[in-house]
Amino acid sequence: MAAPSIQVTETPLVLYTLRRADDALILGHRLSEWCGHAPMLEEDMALANMGLDLLGQARELYSYAAQIEGKGNDEDKFAYLRDVRQYRNLLLVEQPNGDFAHTLVRQFFYAAFADLYWRAMTKSSDATLAAIAAKSEKESAYHLRHSSEWVIRLGDGTSESHARAQTAIDDLWSFTGEMFEADDAERALIETGVAIDSASLHAQWLKTVSDVVNEATLALPGTGWMQKGGRSGRHSEHLGHLLSELQSMQRSFPGASW
Amino acid sequence: MATPNTPLWEVFIRSRNGLAHKHVGSLHAADATLALQAARDVYTRRGEGLSIWVVPSSAITASDPAEKGMMFEPAESKVYRHPTFYEVPDEVGHM
Repeated sequence: MAAPSIQVTETPLVLYTLRRADDALILGHRLSEWCGHAPMLEEDMALANMGLDLLGQARELYSYAAQIEGKGNDEDKFAYLRDVRQYRNLLLVEQPNGDFAHTLVRQFFYAAFADLYWRAMTKSSDATLAAIAAKSEKESAYHLRHSSEWVIRLGDGTSESHARAQTAIDDLWSFTGEMFEADDAERALIETGVAIDSASLHAQWLKTVSDVVNEATLALPGTGWMQKGGRSGRHSEHLGHLLSELQSMQRSFPGASW
Repeated sequence: MATPNTPLWEVFIRSRNGLAHKHVGSLHAADATLALQAARDVYTRRGEGLSIWVVPSSAITASDPAEKGMMFEPAESKVYRHPTFYEVPDEVGHM
């Protein structure tokens, strides 16, 4: 007897908050998949640490979404009882871990954005989002530093690590455009100062990313066509598999706790 | 896990209320920057520190355990080097 999915009343602010919560949960879950499998013990703990940071951000954002929605949902229901089409995360964060280079490049692309995003969001007119941003900003800053250092070392390392890092950049590049998109629901929040216009972060993001990639002796692809759809629930085939693992316990044994 | 090409580093942490950096353990990392980050992730996850030093293990010159008789035993029979052979006048109070 599987637990059914919940209904979510997606007002602009609930939707906005869930989108950021889903980014953090899904990327955090991806990092947790490395636990016990990373190339070395030190990096195993570093990836798990970053995953826990993201899980903490997700919890705060889900709790806030539940509070403003006011329909009896909570952080667990949002995480465990929404189907793939109800998830609102970026396509980038659900991409499979692949090899170590793919994981670090994915982290790097996202962290370079999240670092700017959370710092800007500390000035949100929404006090709760501003407070979450103030905490998340320090975490994202470290994620950016850590992933940058690895991108540089992989790119400027051996021919094998260089080739793998370049392949990861080429594979993931088309998922980066979605970070800077905003739809009508978000535009209303941008006008009232609740949200920041992430398109305004693109130039700085590109500079950060280009500087690191150049130092790594790697190359960015040309701009080209960008994927999108995650923000409205149209995901790649990978998210369903991720959720089936993430949700199996609560779906099979509703309300189980230990 | 074997990491034969990755150097070993010794990690020193100064805690919130500590005055000196204390040795807490070691780790493997390719270079000093990554060693510092690894030290942060491995040894300060529970709020243990406010400052970290990492030192290449190869930079440490250690005393030879086989020489501990010559190195340390002579100090054990010199009780007069401890400041316990005089009376502190009451007026001095707590020192």
